[in-house]
Amino acid sequence: MIPLDAASSSPWHFWGYFLDHRSQDLGYLWDHTWLSVVPVVVGLLLALPLGWLSRRYNWVYPPMMSITGLLYTIPSIALFVLIPPLLGLDPLSPLQVPIALSVYSVALLVRVVADGLGAVSPETLQAATAIGFKPLGRFFRVELPIAVPVITAGLRVAIVANVSIVTVAGTIGFDNLGRLFDEGFKLSTDTPYYPPIILGIILCVLLALVLDGLVLLVNRLLTPWRRAVPT
Amino acid sequence: MIRFDQATKRYPDGTVAVDELDLEAPSGKITVLVGPSGCGKTTSLRMINRMIEPTSGTIWLDDTDTASMPAHELRRQIGYVIQHAGLFPHRTIVDNIATVPFLIGTDKRQARARAMELLERVGLDPAFAKRYPGQLSGGQQQRVGVARALAADPPVMLMDEPFSAVDPVVRDQLQDEFLRLQDELGKTIVFVTHDIDEAIKLGDQVAVLRVGGRLAQLAPPAELLSRPVDAFVAGFVGRDRGYRALGFTSAGTIVTRDEPTVTMGESLPGSDGSWLLAVDPSGAPQGWLHLADEPHGGVVEDRMLYRGGTLATQGGTLRGALDACLSSPSGRGIVVDDSGRLIGSTTAREVLALIEGLPDAAEVGA
Repeated sequence: MIPLDAASSSPWHFWGYFLDHRSQDLGYLWDHTWLSVVPVVVGLLLALPLGWLSRRYNWVYPPMMSITGLLYTIPSIALFVLIPPLLGLDPLSPLQVPIALSVYSVALLVRVVADGLGAVSPETLQAATAIGFKPLGRFFRVELPIAVPVITAGLRVAIVANVSIVTVAGTIGFDNLGRLFDEGFKLSTDTPYYPPIILGIILCVLLALVLDGLVLLVNRLLTPWRRAVPT
Repeated sequence: MIRFDQATKRYPDGTVAVDELDLEAPSGKITVLVGPSGCGKTTSLRMINRMIEPTSGTIWLDDTDTASMPAHELRRQIGYVIQHAGLFPHRTIVDNIATVPFLIGTDKRQARARAMELLERVGLDPAFAKRYPGQLSGGQQQRVGVARALAADPPVMLMDEPFSAVDPVVRDQLQDEFLRLQDELGKTIVFVTHDIDEAIKLGDQVAVLRVGGRLAQLAPPAELLSRPVDAFVAGFVGRDRGYRALGFTSAGTIVTRDEPTVTMGESLPGSDGSWLLAVDPSGAPQGWLHLADEPHGGVVEDRMLYRGGTLATQGGTLRGALDACLSSPSGRGIVVDDSGRLIGSTTAREVLALIEGLPDAAEVGA
Protein backbone atom coordinates (compact mmCIF):
# COMPACT_ATOMS: atom_id res chain seq x y z
CA MET A 1 0.00 0.00 0.00
CA ILE A 2 2.91 2.40 0.61
CA PRO A 3 4.36 3.98 -2.50
CA LEU A 4 7.99 2.96 -2.62
CA ASP A 5 9.50 5.14 -5.26
CA ALA A 6 8.70 7.76 -7.84
CA ALA A 7 8.22 5.20 -10.62
CA SER A 8 5.37 3.41 -8.84
CA SER A 9 3.42 6.65 -8.47
CA SER A 10 3.46 7.22 -12.23
CA PRO A 11 -0.04 7.23 -13.80
CA TRP A 12 1.07 4.28 -15.95
CA HIS A 13 1.60 2.11 -12.91
CA PHE A 14 -2.14 1.46 -12.52
CA TRP A 15 -1.82 -2.08 -13.89
CA GLY A 16 0.83 -2.93 -11.33
CA TYR A 17 -1.41 -1.41 -8.66
CA PHE A 18 -4.31 -3.59 -9.85
CA LEU A 19 -2.18 -6.76 -9.75
CA ASP A 20 -1.00 -5.92 -6.24
CA HIS A 21 -4.55 -5.45 -4.93
CA ARG A 22 -6.45 -7.68 -7.27
CA SER A 23 -8.99 -9.28 -4.94
CA GLN A 24 -9.81 -5.97 -3.28
CA ASP A 25 -10.24 -4.15 -6.59
CA LEU A 26 -12.39 -6.89 -8.08
CA GLY A 27 -14.54 -6.70 -4.95
CA TYR A 28 -14.95 -2.95 -5.51
CA LEU A 29 -15.86 -3.59 -9.14
CA TRP A 30 -18.51 -6.11 -8.18
CA ASP A 31 -19.98 -3.78 -5.53
CA HIS A 32 -19.95 -0.96 -8.03
CA THR A 33 -21.70 -3.09 -10.62
CA TRP A 34 -24.66 -4.11 -8.48
CA LEU A 35 -24.92 -0.61 -6.98
CA SER A 36 -25.23 0.74 -10.52
CA VAL A 37 -27.68 -1.85 -11.83
CA VAL A 38 -30.08 -2.73 -9.00
CA PRO A 39 -31.23 0.86 -8.32
CA VAL A 40 -32.00 1.36 -12.03
CA VAL A 41 -34.13 -1.78 -12.03
CA VAL A 42 -35.91 -0.68 -8.85
CA GLY A 43 -36.27 2.82 -10.28
CA LEU A 44 -37.81 1.49 -13.47
CA LEU A 45 -40.31 -0.67 -11.58
CA LEU A 46 -41.41 2.40 -9.61
CA ALA A 47 -41.35 4.71 -12.63
CA LEU A 48 -43.72 2.49 -14.65
CA PRO A 49 -46.83 3.10 -12.55
CA LEU A 50 -45.87 6.74 -11.90
CA GLY A 51 -45.27 7.38 -15.60
CA TRP A 52 -48.53 5.65 -16.46
CA LEU A 53 -50.37 7.84 -13.94
CA SER A 54 -48.86 10.98 -15.44
CA ARG A 55 -50.23 9.95 -18.83
CA ARG A 56 -53.56 8.60 -17.68
CA TYR A 57 -54.46 11.76 -15.76
CA ASN A 58 -53.16 14.82 -17.54
CA TRP A 59 -53.20 16.98 -14.43
CA VAL A 60 -50.69 14.65 -12.73
CA TYR A 61 -48.01 15.21 -15.37
CA PRO A 62 -46.79 18.77 -14.53
CA PRO A 63 -46.43 18.30 -10.73
CA MET A 64 -44.93 14.84 -11.24
CA MET A 65 -42.26 16.27 -13.52
CA SER A 66 -41.51 19.16 -11.13
CA ILE A 67 -41.15 16.86 -8.14
CA THR A 68 -38.96 14.32 -9.90
CA GLY A 69 -36.88 17.15 -11.37
CA LEU A 70 -36.35 18.58 -7.88
CA LEU A 71 -35.33 15.19 -6.49
CA TYR A 72 -32.53 15.07 -9.01
CA THR A 73 -31.10 18.36 -7.78
CA ILE A 74 -30.49 17.06 -4.23
CA PRO A 75 -26.73 16.53 -3.89
CA SER A 76 -25.97 12.84 -3.69
CA ILE A 77 -23.80 13.06 -0.62
CA ALA A 78 -26.60 14.83 1.26
CA LEU A 79 -29.06 12.17 0.19
CA PHE A 80 -26.74 9.36 1.36
CA VAL A 81 -26.53 10.98 4.77
CA LEU A 82 -30.21 11.94 5.05
CA ILE A 83 -31.76 8.65 4.06
CA PRO A 84 -31.07 6.65 7.28
CA PRO A 85 -32.76 9.18 9.61
CA LEU A 86 -35.60 9.77 7.15
CA LEU A 87 -36.33 6.06 6.82
CA GLY A 88 -35.36 5.13 10.35
CA LEU A 89 -32.39 3.03 9.27
CA ASP A 90 -29.10 2.44 11.05
CA PRO A 91 -26.79 5.35 10.01
CA LEU A 92 -24.29 2.81 8.71
CA SER A 93 -26.85 0.71 6.88
CA PRO A 94 -25.49 -0.50 3.52
CA LEU A 95 -28.97 0.11 2.10
CA GLN A 96 -28.77 3.88 2.10
CA VAL A 97 -26.68 4.03 -1.08
CA PRO A 98 -28.92 1.83 -3.25
CA ILE A 99 -32.00 3.59 -1.87
CA ALA A 100 -30.59 7.02 -2.74
CA LEU A 101 -29.60 5.83 -6.19
CA SER A 102 -33.08 4.37 -6.72
CA VAL A 103 -34.50 7.80 -5.96
CA TYR A 104 -32.34 9.33 -8.68
CA SER A 105 -33.29 6.59 -11.12
CA VAL A 106 -36.99 7.11 -10.47
CA ALA A 107 -36.53 10.85 -10.91
CA LEU A 108 -34.94 10.29 -14.30
CA LEU A 109 -37.18 7.50 -15.50
CA VAL A 110 -40.66 8.80 -14.65
CA ARG A 111 -40.40 11.40 -17.39
CA VAL A 112 -38.94 8.87 -19.80
CA VAL A 113 -41.74 6.36 -19.17
CA ALA A 114 -44.42 9.05 -19.44
CA ASP A 115 -42.98 10.38 -22.69
CA GLY A 116 -42.49 6.88 -24.09
CA LEU A 117 -46.12 6.01 -23.39
CA GLY A 118 -47.13 9.38 -24.82
CA ALA A 119 -45.44 8.48 -28.10
CA VAL A 120 -47.89 5.64 -28.80
CA SER A 121 -50.18 6.88 -31.58
CA PRO A 122 -53.78 7.63 -30.58
CA GLU A 123 -55.05 5.42 -33.43
CA THR A 124 -53.13 2.46 -32.06
CA LEU A 125 -54.52 3.05 -28.56
CA GLN A 126 -58.03 3.45 -29.88
CA ALA A 127 -57.75 0.32 -31.97
CA ALA A 128 -56.39 -1.65 -29.02
CA THR A 129 -59.34 -0.67 -26.85
CA ALA A 130 -61.89 -1.17 -29.63
CA ILE A 131 -60.52 -4.60 -30.40
CA GLY A 132 -61.15 -5.70 -26.82
CA PHE A 133 -57.94 -5.32 -24.82
CA LYS A 134 -58.59 -4.79 -21.13
CA PRO A 135 -56.66 -1.84 -19.61
CA LEU A 136 -53.83 -3.95 -18.10
CA GLY A 137 -53.49 -6.06 -21.21
CA ARG A 138 -53.37 -2.96 -23.32
CA PHE A 139 -50.61 -1.51 -21.12
CA PHE A 140 -48.35 -4.55 -21.11
CA ARG A 141 -48.97 -5.85 -24.62
CA VAL A 142 -49.37 -2.67 -26.62
CA GLU A 143 -48.28 0.53 -24.85
CA LEU A 144 -45.20 -0.69 -23.02
CA PRO A 145 -43.65 -2.61 -25.95
CA ILE A 146 -44.10 0.41 -28.21
CA ALA A 147 -42.52 2.67 -25.56
CA VAL A 148 -39.43 0.43 -25.22
CA PRO A 149 -37.10 2.46 -27.48
CA VAL A 150 -37.77 5.69 -25.56
CA ILE A 151 -37.51 3.95 -22.19
CA THR A 152 -34.22 2.21 -23.02
CA ALA A 153 -32.79 5.54 -24.17
CA GLY A 154 -33.58 6.82 -20.65
CA LEU A 155 -32.18 3.67 -19.04
CA ARG A 156 -28.85 4.26 -20.76
CA VAL A 157 -28.62 7.73 -19.24
CA ALA A 158 -29.73 6.49 -15.82
CA ILE A 159 -27.30 3.59 -15.65
CA VAL A 160 -24.27 5.60 -16.79
CA ALA A 161 -25.19 8.40 -14.37
CA ASN A 162 -25.38 5.81 -11.60
CA VAL A 163 -21.91 4.48 -12.34
CA SER A 164 -20.67 8.00 -11.75
CA ILE A 165 -22.76 8.81 -8.65
CA VAL A 166 -21.82 5.53 -6.92
CA THR A 167 -18.21 6.74 -6.66
CA VAL A 168 -19.36 9.56 -4.39
CA ALA A 169 -20.50 6.94 -1.88
CA GLY A 170 -16.98 5.47 -2.06
CA THR A 171 -15.50 8.66 -0.71
CA ILE A 172 -17.67 8.42 2.42
CA GLY A 173 -16.59 4.87 3.10
CA PHE A 174 -18.90 2.56 1.18
CA ASP A 175 -17.13 -0.16 -0.79
CA ASN A 176 -17.05 0.46 -4.53
CA LEU A 177 -14.64 1.82 -7.13
CA GLY A 178 -14.93 5.25 -5.47
CA ARG A 179 -12.66 3.88 -2.73
CA LEU A 180 -9.79 3.92 -5.22
CA PHE A 181 -10.07 7.70 -5.59
CA ASP A 182 -10.14 8.04 -1.82
CA GLU A 183 -6.99 5.94 -1.53
CA GLY A 184 -5.22 7.86 -4.25
CA PHE A 185 -6.03 11.03 -2.38
CA LYS A 186 -4.88 9.67 0.98
CA LEU A 187 -1.62 8.37 -0.42
CA SER A 188 -0.79 11.60 -2.17
CA THR A 189 2.06 13.61 -0.73
CA ASP A 190 3.29 16.74 -2.43
CA THR A 191 2.42 15.17 -5.78
CA PRO A 192 -0.74 13.14 -6.47
CA TYR A 193 -0.52 9.38 -6.17
CA TYR A 194 -1.94 8.40 -9.54
CA PRO A 195 -2.20 4.59 -9.90
CA PRO A 196 -5.45 3.91 -7.95
CA ILE A 197 -7.08 7.06 -9.40
CA ILE A 198 -6.31 6.08 -12.99
CA LEU A 199 -7.38 2.49 -12.28
CA GLY A 200 -10.68 3.77 -10.83
CA ILE A 201 -11.35 5.94 -13.86
CA ILE A 202 -10.57 3.12 -16.28
CA LEU A 203 -12.74 0.59 -14.46
CA CYS A 204 -15.63 3.08 -14.19
CA VAL A 205 -15.49 3.89 -17.87
CA LEU A 206 -15.28 0.21 -18.82
CA LEU A 207 -18.17 -0.63 -16.51
CA ALA A 208 -20.26 2.19 -17.97
CA LEU A 209 -19.51 1.03 -21.51
CA VAL A 210 -20.40 -2.58 -20.73
CA LEU A 211 -23.66 -1.70 -18.95
CA ASP A 212 -24.61 0.74 -21.72
CA GLY A 213 -23.91 -1.98 -24.26
CA LEU A 214 -26.12 -4.41 -22.34
CA VAL A 215 -29.02 -1.97 -22.36
CA LEU A 216 -28.54 -1.48 -26.09
CA LEU A 217 -28.53 -5.22 -26.60
CA VAL A 218 -31.76 -5.65 -24.63
CA ASN A 219 -33.31 -2.84 -26.67
CA ARG A 220 -32.30 -4.59 -29.88
CA LEU A 221 -33.79 -7.87 -28.75
CA LEU A 222 -37.07 -6.24 -27.71
CA THR A 223 -37.58 -4.11 -30.81
CA PRO A 224 -37.02 -6.09 -33.99
CA TRP A 225 -39.78 -3.97 -35.53
CA ARG A 226 -37.68 -0.81 -35.25
CA ARG A 227 -34.90 -2.17 -37.41
CA ALA A 228 -37.34 -3.35 -40.07
CA VAL A 229 -38.58 0.17 -40.66
CA PRO A 230 -36.29 2.63 -42.43
CA THR A 231 -36.39 5.91 -40.54
CA MET B 1 -79.13 -6.11 -36.40
CA ILE B 2 -78.07 -3.03 -34.46
CA ARG B 3 -80.77 -0.78 -33.06
CA PHE B 4 -80.40 2.64 -31.47
CA ASP B 5 -83.32 3.25 -29.12
CA GLN B 6 -83.50 6.89 -28.02
CA ALA B 7 -79.72 6.91 -27.69
CA THR B 8 -78.39 10.21 -26.37
CA LYS B 9 -74.89 11.44 -25.59
CA ARG B 10 -74.73 14.61 -23.53
CA TYR B 11 -71.40 15.85 -22.18
CA PRO B 12 -70.99 17.40 -18.72
CA ASP B 13 -70.62 20.87 -20.29
CA GLY B 14 -74.09 20.47 -21.78
CA THR B 15 -73.07 19.76 -25.38
CA VAL B 16 -75.37 17.25 -26.98
CA ALA B 17 -73.44 15.10 -29.45
CA VAL B 18 -76.24 12.66 -30.22
CA ASP B 19 -79.86 13.47 -29.52
CA GLU B 20 -82.43 10.70 -29.00
CA LEU B 21 -81.28 8.74 -32.00
CA ASP B 22 -83.58 6.00 -33.26
CA LEU B 23 -81.94 3.99 -35.99
CA GLU B 24 -81.80 0.41 -37.11
CA ALA B 25 -78.89 -1.09 -39.03
CA PRO B 26 -80.30 -4.29 -40.56
CA SER B 27 -78.34 -7.55 -40.52
CA GLY B 28 -76.13 -8.23 -43.49
CA LYS B 29 -76.43 -4.68 -44.82
CA ILE B 30 -74.19 -1.63 -44.93
CA THR B 31 -75.62 1.36 -43.09
CA VAL B 32 -73.68 4.55 -43.68
CA LEU B 33 -73.77 7.43 -41.21
CA VAL B 34 -72.92 10.66 -42.98
CA GLY B 35 -73.08 14.32 -42.10
CA PRO B 36 -71.01 17.46 -41.53
CA SER B 37 -68.48 17.57 -38.70
CA GLY B 38 -70.18 17.89 -35.35
CA CYS B 39 -73.17 15.82 -36.41
CA GLY B 40 -72.34 13.03 -33.95
CA LYS B 41 -71.73 10.31 -36.54
CA THR B 42 -68.50 9.06 -34.95
CA THR B 43 -69.98 9.39 -31.46
CA SER B 44 -72.93 7.27 -32.57
CA LEU B 45 -70.60 4.65 -34.00
CA ARG B 46 -68.50 4.51 -30.85
CA MET B 47 -71.55 4.14 -28.66
CA ILE B 48 -72.20 0.80 -30.37
CA ASN B 49 -69.02 -0.79 -28.96
CA ARG B 50 -69.11 1.46 -25.89
CA MET B 51 -65.91 3.34 -26.62
CA ILE B 52 -68.34 6.08 -25.63
CA GLU B 53 -71.11 5.25 -23.16
CA PRO B 54 -74.54 6.71 -24.00
CA THR B 55 -75.94 9.11 -21.41
CA SER B 56 -79.39 7.63 -21.90
CA GLY B 57 -81.17 5.27 -24.22
CA THR B 58 -80.25 1.76 -25.25
CA ILE B 59 -78.33 0.22 -28.09
CA TRP B 60 -79.32 -3.29 -29.01
CA LEU B 61 -77.21 -5.91 -30.72
CA ASP B 62 -79.89 -8.29 -31.93
CA ASP B 63 -81.75 -9.02 -28.68
CA THR B 64 -78.93 -8.08 -26.34
CA ASP B 65 -78.66 -4.74 -24.58
CA THR B 66 -75.00 -3.80 -25.26
CA ALA B 67 -74.75 -2.36 -21.74
CA SER B 68 -75.49 -5.76 -20.22
CA MET B 69 -72.07 -7.33 -20.82
CA PRO B 70 -68.47 -6.32 -20.02
CA ALA B 71 -67.24 -3.84 -22.62
CA HIS B 72 -64.20 -5.89 -23.67
CA GLU B 73 -66.39 -8.93 -24.37
CA LEU B 74 -68.77 -6.84 -26.45
CA ARG B 75 -65.85 -5.37 -28.41
CA ARG B 76 -64.35 -8.75 -29.23
CA GLN B 77 -67.56 -9.60 -31.09
CA ILE B 78 -67.43 -6.43 -33.15
CA GLY B 79 -64.86 -5.75 -35.87
CA TYR B 80 -63.48 -2.21 -35.86
CA VAL B 81 -61.66 -0.38 -38.64
CA ILE B 82 -60.45 3.21 -38.33
CA GLN B 83 -58.72 5.88 -40.34
CA HIS B 84 -54.93 5.29 -40.52
CA ALA B 85 -55.72 1.65 -39.58
CA GLY B 86 -54.18 1.96 -36.08
CA LEU B 87 -52.07 -1.17 -36.49
CA PHE B 88 -49.70 -2.29 -33.76
CA PRO B 89 -46.26 -1.18 -35.00
CA HIS B 90 -44.42 -3.74 -32.84
CA ARG B 91 -46.25 -6.77 -34.19
CA THR B 92 -45.84 -8.48 -37.54
CA ILE B 93 -48.67 -8.20 -40.03
CA VAL B 94 -49.82 -11.77 -39.39
CA ASP B 95 -49.88 -11.17 -35.62
CA ASN B 96 -51.69 -7.87 -36.08
CA ILE B 97 -54.42 -9.70 -37.96
CA ALA B 98 -54.57 -12.48 -35.37
CA THR B 99 -54.87 -10.07 -32.42
CA VAL B 100 -58.46 -10.83 -31.50
CA PRO B 101 -58.15 -14.62 -31.90
CA PHE B 102 -55.10 -14.44 -29.60
CA LEU B 103 -57.14 -12.41 -27.11
CA ILE B 104 -59.98 -14.89 -27.01
CA GLY B 105 -57.52 -17.74 -26.61
CA THR B 106 -57.60 -19.38 -30.04
CA ASP B 107 -54.73 -21.79 -30.63
CA LYS B 108 -51.83 -19.73 -31.99
CA ARG B 109 -51.12 -21.86 -35.01
CA GLN B 110 -54.77 -21.95 -35.98
CA ALA B 111 -55.11 -18.18 -35.50
CA ARG B 112 -52.10 -17.53 -37.73
CA ALA B 113 -53.37 -19.88 -40.42
CA ARG B 114 -56.66 -18.00 -40.46
CA ALA B 115 -54.76 -14.68 -40.56
CA MET B 116 -52.87 -15.88 -43.65
CA GLU B 117 -56.16 -16.67 -45.38
CA LEU B 118 -57.47 -13.22 -44.56
CA LEU B 119 -54.29 -11.60 -45.82
CA GLU B 120 -54.98 -13.04 -49.26
CA ARG B 121 -58.64 -12.31 -49.01
CA VAL B 122 -58.00 -8.58 -48.62
CA GLY B 123 -55.67 -8.69 -51.60
CA LEU B 124 -52.22 -8.74 -50.00
CA ASP B 125 -49.30 -10.97 -50.91
CA PRO B 126 -48.63 -13.62 -48.20
CA ALA B 127 -45.03 -12.39 -48.25
CA PHE B 128 -46.26 -9.42 -46.19
CA ALA B 129 -47.03 -11.70 -43.23
CA LYS B 130 -43.63 -11.36 -41.56
CA ARG B 131 -43.26 -7.65 -42.17
CA TYR B 132 -44.11 -4.83 -39.79
CA PRO B 133 -46.78 -2.16 -40.36
CA GLY B 134 -44.15 0.56 -40.88
CA GLN B 135 -43.00 -1.24 -44.02
CA LEU B 136 -46.42 -1.01 -45.70
CA SER B 137 -48.07 1.82 -47.61
CA GLY B 138 -51.17 3.53 -46.21
CA GLY B 139 -53.48 1.57 -48.50
CA GLN B 140 -51.83 -1.73 -47.60
CA GLN B 141 -52.08 -0.93 -43.89
CA GLN B 142 -55.76 -0.21 -44.32
CA ARG B 143 -56.26 -3.64 -45.92
CA VAL B 144 -54.53 -5.19 -42.92
CA GLY B 145 -56.87 -3.15 -40.72
CA VAL B 146 -59.85 -4.72 -42.47
CA ALA B 147 -58.33 -8.21 -42.18
CA ARG B 148 -57.73 -7.67 -38.45
CA ALA B 149 -61.35 -6.65 -37.97
CA LEU B 150 -62.49 -9.83 -39.75
CA ALA B 151 -60.15 -12.22 -37.94
CA ALA B 152 -62.57 -13.49 -35.31
CA ASP B 153 -65.38 -13.55 -37.88
CA PRO B 154 -67.55 -11.06 -36.00
CA PRO B 155 -71.11 -10.66 -37.28
CA VAL B 156 -70.84 -6.89 -36.92
CA MET B 157 -68.26 -4.43 -38.24
CA LEU B 158 -67.85 -0.77 -37.37
CA MET B 159 -65.88 1.36 -39.80
CA ASP B 160 -64.86 4.92 -38.95
CA GLU B 161 -63.75 6.78 -42.09
CA PRO B 162 -61.52 3.83 -42.99
CA PHE B 163 -60.67 5.01 -46.49
CA SER B 164 -60.39 8.76 -46.06
CA ALA B 165 -56.65 8.94 -45.41
CA VAL B 166 -55.58 7.23 -48.64
CA ASP B 167 -55.23 8.81 -52.08
CA PRO B 168 -58.29 8.86 -54.36
CA VAL B 169 -57.15 6.07 -56.69
CA VAL B 170 -56.39 3.69 -53.84
CA ARG B 171 -59.59 4.74 -52.08
CA ASP B 172 -61.63 3.78 -55.11
CA GLN B 173 -59.92 0.39 -55.23
CA LEU B 174 -60.42 -0.21 -51.52
CA GLN B 175 -64.09 0.70 -51.81
CA ASP B 176 -64.64 -1.70 -54.72
CA GLU B 177 -62.87 -4.51 -52.91
CA PHE B 178 -64.77 -3.75 -49.74
CA LEU B 179 -68.06 -4.13 -51.63
CA ARG B 180 -66.87 -7.39 -53.22
CA LEU B 181 -65.83 -8.69 -49.78
CA GLN B 182 -69.16 -7.69 -48.29
CA ASP B 183 -70.95 -9.57 -51.10
CA GLU B 184 -69.18 -12.71 -49.92
CA LEU B 185 -69.38 -12.13 -46.18
CA GLY B 186 -72.70 -10.36 -45.61
CA LYS B 187 -71.67 -8.63 -42.37
CA THR B 188 -73.82 -6.13 -40.54
CA ILE B 189 -71.83 -2.97 -41.11
CA VAL B 190 -72.10 0.54 -39.76
CA PHE B 191 -69.85 2.85 -41.74
CA VAL B 192 -69.06 6.47 -40.91
CA THR B 193 -67.91 8.96 -43.52
CA HIS B 194 -68.10 12.69 -44.21
CA ASP B 195 -67.99 12.02 -47.95
CA ILE B 196 -71.49 11.82 -49.43
CA ASP B 197 -70.19 10.18 -52.61
CA GLU B 198 -68.66 7.39 -50.55
CA ALA B 199 -71.91 7.05 -48.61
CA ILE B 200 -73.91 6.73 -51.82
CA LYS B 201 -71.47 4.27 -53.35
CA LEU B 202 -71.23 1.96 -50.35
CA GLY B 203 -74.47 2.24 -48.44
CA ASP B 204 -77.45 -0.10 -48.66
CA GLN B 205 -79.01 2.66 -46.62
CA VAL B 206 -77.67 6.08 -45.73
CA ALA B 207 -78.42 8.00 -42.56
CA VAL B 208 -77.83 11.73 -42.91
CA LEU B 209 -77.23 13.37 -39.54
CA ARG B 210 -77.40 17.08 -38.85
CA VAL B 211 -75.29 19.05 -36.38
CA GLY B 212 -76.41 18.35 -32.82
CA GLY B 213 -76.80 14.66 -33.48
CA ARG B 214 -80.28 14.44 -34.97
CA LEU B 215 -81.24 12.09 -37.74
CA ALA B 216 -82.27 14.11 -40.81
CA GLN B 217 -83.06 11.28 -43.22
CA LEU B 218 -82.61 7.53 -43.45
CA ALA B 219 -83.05 6.17 -46.96
CA PRO B 220 -81.49 4.01 -49.66
CA PRO B 221 -78.99 6.06 -51.71
CA ALA B 222 -81.23 6.44 -54.78
CA GLU B 223 -84.08 7.77 -52.70
CA LEU B 224 -81.75 10.16 -50.90
CA LEU B 225 -80.75 11.62 -54.27
CA SER B 226 -84.25 11.80 -55.72
CA ARG B 227 -86.18 12.81 -52.63
CA PRO B 228 -84.14 14.67 -50.02
CA VAL B 229 -86.58 15.43 -47.19
CA ASP B 230 -85.51 19.01 -46.63
CA ALA B 231 -83.16 21.78 -47.69
CA PHE B 232 -80.41 20.56 -45.34
CA VAL B 233 -80.31 17.08 -46.85
CA ALA B 234 -80.63 18.48 -50.37
CA GLY B 235 -77.73 20.83 -49.73
CA PHE B 236 -75.62 18.11 -48.16
CA VAL B 237 -76.29 15.61 -50.91
CA GLY B 238 -75.00 18.33 -53.17
CA ARG B 239 -74.71 19.09 -56.86
CA ASP B 240 -75.21 16.70 -59.72
CA ARG B 241 -77.87 14.82 -57.78
CA GLY B 242 -79.83 14.15 -60.93
CA TYR B 243 -76.82 12.85 -62.80
CA ARG B 244 -75.66 10.72 -59.88
CA ALA B 245 -79.13 9.30 -59.42
CA LEU B 246 -78.82 7.83 -62.92
CA GLY B 247 -76.21 5.58 -61.35
CA PHE B 248 -79.04 3.71 -59.61
CA THR B 249 -81.24 3.29 -62.68
CA SER B 250 -80.78 0.42 -65.07
CA ALA B 251 -80.43 1.40 -68.69
CA GLY B 252 -82.19 -1.82 -69.66
CA THR B 253 -80.98 -3.29 -72.94
CA ILE B 254 -79.43 -0.51 -74.94
CA VAL B 255 -80.14 -0.65 -78.64
CA THR B 256 -76.78 -0.39 -80.37
CA ARG B 257 -75.55 -0.07 -83.90
CA ASP B 258 -72.55 -1.94 -85.25
CA GLU B 259 -69.29 -0.10 -84.86
CA PRO B 260 -66.56 -0.66 -87.45
CA THR B 261 -63.30 -1.70 -85.82
CA VAL B 262 -59.68 -2.38 -86.55
CA THR B 263 -57.64 -4.88 -84.57
CA MET B 264 -54.42 -3.84 -82.86
CA GLY B 265 -51.38 -4.61 -85.00
CA GLU B 266 -53.31 -4.69 -88.26
CA SER B 267 -52.65 -2.06 -90.88
CA LEU B 268 -54.70 1.13 -90.91
CA PRO B 269 -57.47 1.12 -93.44
CA GLY B 270 -57.63 3.99 -95.90
CA SER B 271 -60.78 5.33 -94.40
CA ASP B 272 -63.62 7.71 -94.88
CA GLY B 273 -64.69 8.30 -91.27
CA SER B 274 -62.50 10.35 -88.94
CA TRP B 275 -62.70 8.13 -85.77
CA LEU B 276 -62.21 4.39 -85.78
CA LEU B 277 -62.40 2.03 -82.78
CA ALA B 278 -59.40 -0.20 -82.11
CA VAL B 279 -60.02 -3.58 -80.42
CA ASP B 280 -57.74 -6.39 -79.28
CA PRO B 281 -58.00 -9.85 -80.83
CA SER B 282 -60.67 -10.87 -78.28
CA GLY B 283 -62.85 -7.93 -79.33
CA ALA B 284 -62.26 -5.78 -76.24
CA PRO B 285 -62.16 -2.05 -77.11
CA GLN B 286 -58.73 -0.46 -76.60
CA GLY B 287 -59.25 3.14 -77.69
CA TRP B 288 -60.04 5.43 -80.59
CA LEU B 289 -57.91 6.16 -83.65
CA HIS B 290 -58.13 9.58 -85.23
CA LEU B 291 -57.42 8.71 -88.86
CA ALA B 292 -56.55 12.29 -89.80
CA ASP B 293 -53.56 11.93 -87.40
CA GLU B 294 -52.11 9.05 -89.41
CA PRO B 295 -51.90 10.18 -93.04
CA HIS B 296 -49.07 7.71 -93.78
CA GLY B 297 -50.96 4.60 -92.73
CA GLY B 298 -48.95 1.83 -91.02
CA VAL B 299 -50.11 -0.66 -88.37
CA VAL B 300 -52.28 0.20 -85.36
CA GLU B 301 -50.07 0.85 -82.35
CA ASP B 302 -50.69 1.73 -78.74
CA ARG B 303 -49.28 5.24 -79.09
CA MET B 304 -51.94 6.18 -81.66
CA LEU B 305 -54.87 5.58 -79.32
CA TYR B 306 -57.15 8.09 -77.62
CA ARG B 307 -58.21 6.35 -74.44
CA GLY B 308 -60.52 9.01 -72.99
CA GLY B 309 -63.77 7.15 -73.53
CA THR B 310 -65.37 5.14 -70.72
CA LEU B 311 -67.19 1.91 -71.53
CA ALA B 312 -70.85 1.19 -70.77
CA THR B 313 -71.78 -2.35 -69.85
CA GLN B 314 -74.91 -3.79 -71.41
CA GLY B 315 -77.37 -4.18 -68.53
CA GLY B 316 -75.56 -1.44 -66.56
CA THR B 317 -76.83 1.94 -65.40
CA LEU B 318 -78.02 4.97 -67.32
CA ARG B 319 -75.18 6.91 -65.77
CA GLY B 320 -72.63 4.51 -67.23
CA ALA B 321 -74.27 4.69 -70.65
CA LEU B 322 -74.50 8.48 -70.70
CA ASP B 323 -70.94 8.86 -69.47
CA ALA B 324 -69.65 6.52 -72.19
CA CYS B 325 -71.22 8.81 -74.80
CA LEU B 326 -70.10 12.08 -73.22
CA SER B 327 -66.51 10.92 -72.70
CA SER B 328 -66.04 9.35 -76.13
CA PRO B 329 -63.92 11.50 -78.51
CA SER B 330 -66.08 10.29 -81.42
CA GLY B 331 -69.32 11.07 -79.60
CA ARG B 332 -70.30 7.40 -79.94
CA GLY B 333 -70.61 5.62 -76.61
CA ILE B 334 -69.19 2.10 -76.64
CA VAL B 335 -71.27 -0.69 -75.12
CA VAL B 336 -69.59 -3.94 -74.08
CA ASP B 337 -70.79 -7.23 -72.62
CA ASP B 338 -69.94 -8.54 -69.16
CA SER B 339 -66.63 -9.94 -70.33
CA GLY B 340 -65.62 -6.61 -71.86
CA ARG B 341 -66.17 -7.45 -75.56
CA LEU B 342 -67.65 -4.94 -77.95
CA ILE B 343 -71.38 -5.09 -78.61
CA GLY B 344 -71.83 -1.81 -80.49
CA SER B 345 -72.25 1.92 -79.98
CA THR B 346 -74.95 4.34 -78.96
CA THR B 347 -75.21 8.12 -78.68
CA ALA B 348 -76.01 10.62 -75.97
CA ARG B 349 -79.17 11.55 -77.83
CA GLU B 350 -80.39 7.95 -77.64
CA VAL B 351 -79.52 7.60 -73.94
CA LEU B 352 -81.32 10.88 -73.21
CA ALA B 353 -84.34 9.47 -74.99
CA LEU B 354 -84.20 6.52 -72.60
CA ILE B 355 -84.03 8.93 -69.65
CA GLU B 356 -86.91 11.00 -71.03
CA GLY B 357 -88.90 7.83 -71.48
CA LEU B 358 -88.60 6.75 -67.84
CA PRO B 359 -92.05 5.95 -66.45
CA ASP B 360 -92.05 8.95 -64.11
CA ALA B 361 -89.16 11.36 -63.94
CA ALA B 362 -89.76 11.86 -60.20
CA GLU B 363 -89.37 8.14 -59.65
CA VAL B 364 -85.78 8.06 -60.83
CA GLY B 365 -84.02 5.50 -58.78
CA ALA B 366 -86.87 4.87 -56.36
